[in-house]
Amino acid sequence: MTPFTFTRAVDASDALTRASDVGARYFGGGTNLVDLMRETVEQPTTLIDVTGLSTTIAETTDGGLMIGAAVTNTALAEHRAVRTHYPVLSRAIVAGASAQIRNMATVGGNLLQRTRCTYFYDVEGSRCNKRQPGQGCDAIGGFNRIHAILGASPSCVATHPSDMCVALAALDALVHLSSVSGTRTLPLTELHRLPGEHPAIETMLEPGELITAIELPAMPMAARSAYRKVRDRASYAFALVSVAAALEVEDGRVKDVRLALGGVAHKPWRAFRAEAALRGGPATVAAFTAAAQVELADAQPLRDNGFKVELAKRTIAAVLADLAGVSA
Amino acid sequence: MSIVEDAKQAVQGAVQGAMQKAIQMAPDSFMPGGKPDPLIRQQHGHIGKPISRLDGPVKVRGEATYAAEFPLDGMLYAALVFSTIAKGRIASLDTDAAEAAPGVELVMTYRNAPRMASMPLFMTSEKACGGNDLPIMQDDRIYWNGEPVALVLAETQEQADHAASLIAVTYDADHSITAMAAAKAKGTEPGMFMGQPLQFATGDAAAALAAAAHRVDETYTTPRHSHNAIELHAATVAWQGDTLRVHDASQMVAHTAWSLGHVFGIDEDKVHVTSPFVGGGFGSKGLWQHQVLAAAASKLAGRPVRLMLSREGVYRIVGGRTVTEQRVAIGASEDGRFDALIHTGTTAMSRHNVLPEPFIVATRSAYAAGSMALDVEVAYLDMVANTFMRAPGEAVGTFALESAIDELAVAMDIDPIELRLRNEPDKDPTTGATFSSREVEKAYRDGAERFGWAERGAPGSRREGEWLIGTGVATATYPYYRMPGGAARITLRRGGHATVDIAAHDMGMGTATAQTQVAADRLGLAMEQVTFRYGDSTLPGVVMAGGSQQTAAIGASVMAAHRDLVTELLKLAGNDSPLAGLDVDEVVGVDGGLAKTDDRTRHESYASILSRAQRDEVVVEATPPAPLETMHWSMHSHGAMFCEVRVNAVTGEVRVSRFLGSFDCGRILNPKTAASQFRGGIIMGLGLALMEETQFDERNGRIMNPSLAEYHVPVHMDVPAIDVIWTDIPDPHTPMGARGVGEIGITGVGAAVANAVFNATGKRVRDLPITLDKLL
Repeated sequence: MTPFTFTRAVDASDALTRASDVGARYFGGGTNLVDLMRETVEQPTTLIDVTGLSTTIAETTDGGLMIGAAVTNTALAEHRAVRTHYPVLSRAIVAGASAQIRNMATVGGNLLQRTRCTYFYDVEGSRCNKRQPGQGCDAIGGFNRIHAILGASPSCVATHPSDMCVALAALDALVHLSSVSGTRTLPLTELHRLPGEHPAIETMLEPGELITAIELPAMPMAARSAYRKVRDRASYAFALVSVAAALEVEDGRVKDVRLALGGVAHKPWRAFRAEAALRGGPATVAAFTAAAQVELADAQPLRDNGFKVELAKRTIAAVLADLAGVSA
Repeated sequence: MSIVEDAKQAVQGAVQGAMQKAIQMAPDSFMPGGKPDPLIRQQHGHIGKPISRLDGPVKVRGEATYAAEFPLDGMLYAALVFSTIAKGRIASLDTDAAEAAPGVELVMTYRNAPRMASMPLFMTSEKACGGNDLPIMQDDRIYWNGEPVALVLAETQEQADHAASLIAVTYDADHSITAMAAAKAKGTEPGMFMGQPLQFATGDAAAALAAAAHRVDETYTTPRHSHNAIELHAATVAWQGDTLRVHDASQMVAHTAWSLGHVFGIDEDKVHVTSPFVGGGFGSKGLWQHQVLAAAASKLAGRPVRLMLSREGVYRIVGGRTVTEQRVAIGASEDGRFDALIHTGTTAMSRHNVLPEPFIVATRSAYAAGSMALDVEVAYLDMVANTFMRAPGEAVGTFALESAIDELAVAMDIDPIELRLRNEPDKDPTTGATFSSREVEKAYRDGAERFGWAERGAPGSRREGEWLIGTGVATATYPYYRMPGGAARITLRRGGHATVDIAAHDMGMGTATAQTQVAADRLGLAMEQVTFRYGDSTLPGVVMAGGSQQTAAIGASVMAAHRDLVTELLKLAGNDSPLAGLDVDEVVGVDGGLAKTDDRTRHESYASILSRAQRDEVVVEATPPAPLETMHWSMHSHGAMFCEVRVNAVTGEVRVSRFLGSFDCGRILNPKTAASQFRGGIIMGLGLALMEETQFDERNGRIMNPSLAEYHVPVHMDVPAIDVIWTDIPDPHTPMGARGVGEIGITGVGAAVANAVFNATGKRVRDLPITLDKLL
């Protein structure tokens, strides 16, 4: 680990002031950042502890929830309103990490988790365009069982590892941001970028910009929502494929649906195309499978991850069938 | 290996073969174990009691001191830099920034490392235990991707780690072979293991296979596995005058002392290695480069050094289990008897170690067959020296063999247990030796009843919701070994306290506890009156905790010392004792003294004997006879492994829902610690079956998942309740009637799981691990 300065921000504006240094990084639970610092993937000169930011979860006037960026994963997953109105989020968080990690990890930090690509982690021995732009990518042509099948580029095939973000993507979550030039909000689905030619730039955040809160709009249909994570062991593994979904069925037809995938792309993958295919159509396994097919039509598997295409299709269909109460 | 070496090994092999025949023909009574250990008959002592580990309380309190926890005055902390190419030379090495970093004492590279000999390669002489025989920072050459190229010493671990990250190394790469296909294309060589060729043939197996009424002929593959003992490999070292003091994490202290002496050109008695507590060994806690580097750096700095490998460091410099490609072909007659049994294939190894993964060893003694052909070929790669890992050979060999038998049972529509029992041999199929004790059938019958085997359905016939349910079975097996070199010292004090000293090891499995039970019974003392000292190279014996042989090696050593002790005590007792006139074969240790075996009223306490002789203590040290019993008899443990799996029909996820191990391992000395060994082995077997795989990038020989996050071992949720039972039938020819229990638990598990997966799904997976993509 490279030596660094550790400071603690009392609130958001204090944090923004302290973040003027280019080498500064905001520090939440540290559950990912400290690991990356130990591996020297990350070498910040200053850490700004932002766990002093809001830890409240409050109902908004339109019936949604405003979640402070410093709320821990544990607190969010356990929150009554979350469990009742957005069970997909609670389940995703619980599937995402061990209790110890969830106790430390913050909501804001979770959004900025970095990929688990093993070539990204191998600072000394492997090339990575994320770590060193223009260097090349050793994951392409290497072990890429856990890598992306959607939206990847010749520069990078890494996936975003978060479970929580997949649920947030399905729930139309908004990310509240603050910077020295003011505040703004972004849909969660627009926070993360696809790798393109610049995989080192992973989000739309401006330098020094701070995540202050996540807002969940009211979504009555999300009371019937689910998260399913498929992985290589029963716990303590990242998703090969995960599916977050909310479904509203009326008279055997899909009235509305939200669908997002994890483990398949550089960002939490909102399945807009599948949703469009499903809306107004029959709530049948055949229709769910067909919609999954539509979403995965452009999948580009690598040497080791071709199975993810079929796995994603099957898991999407199974989750939707389960929510619709129809048998697979 | 040179032609001369090959010839030497061949001659050695021939001599051993001839000797083996002679030993087989000799009368039982000439053999160690020819006369059963009297303790086998004793049924009311400490042996067989589920006594909790004696070191449990200190471990729970955090008071057990492990290798990286000895604080020495003035100690420096070490960090390593590893190479990133598989073969070539260091072109440039910039250590300036590291040397200038805060807290750094020095940076050691090939330029300033002390001159040292290479490690003597494991098993090339009695006490040799190096994991490889390469030069250690002696020149600019690189032999594998991950080889240490620089070592930083600093005042704190954090300073050392940081400075290590500042070292810049560039390389001139040579052509290397890091892909299995490329290595095979260069030609394979026959594997040799412990001086014996890994080949065996009887009859014309190919012809018998072709002519057989039923046959299977399939290829099974297993990946590399890395060692992941919970305690990282570590050494805290200091040069005290001309003596090298090493606090090590070791399953071979005496070997390590001698081998380090060889490296530094000093006598073995100038190297003192201790290892009181070890957090798991599994074959990996031998001598690797880190102990040598720590000692070299300590010499250079003139200060004590602690070197604890990072988890990545363990993957990079401590070898693991290597890859195998195995063909198993079985030809059977109409009634299921094997006419042909072929088990051949290829394994990868480096040119600088001694272990071609011997995947045929279980097959040698498992089944009767009209003809056999066994062969392990070796393909050479530029990679970290592979090594021993829990049941080397059997763990992956039984996956192939026992899967193939299941496939044959399916093809013949016969119960796989019955098929196995029809092929039970009445003598060792390859050596012709008599079995010392073999209760395979009982293990199967007991296990089948307890598991509910009879309720098994046809493949794909059981389903609950998304989950397909199936059961499978496989044979577990591991040999009884006893290596030469054992020796023990017993010190009996007048107060009735005995100390047993032997340079053996306890890596957490309960050696000291079980051996205290044994010694107490042998001496006729209470547990509290016996101290078992181990894990110190200055103690007698060269006893490796490997090959599941410690129980036997310690048992035989203590038996020998005990015999000398009793002889001495009878001498001291003289004619004024109830024991007068008795010889060593007529007495037993009982009630704090000796008594005539068949007349316990003729008893005198140790206190009385020693008082009368005006002695405070009696000290004896003895070595047991050479382990000829392993050549005279065919000595093996067995088990029947029963597994129930649930396979998700949507995702292919596999969950093991029930597991039963039914073992025949001789007499169980301590049911509590033995059950933990069995269960631990089975859990490791579940990892082998379902998830463990070292990602060795064949483009450059780099291990890409050197962390517990990406190298998967079973977590709690992957492990069901595991039931273990055993026959508890003593082996009449082993000390205490026991056979080791450390490794058998992992054997057979891979096949039991794979066979259960087939029963659940109708899909046969022949390539480990059985990940969900193979079942979609």
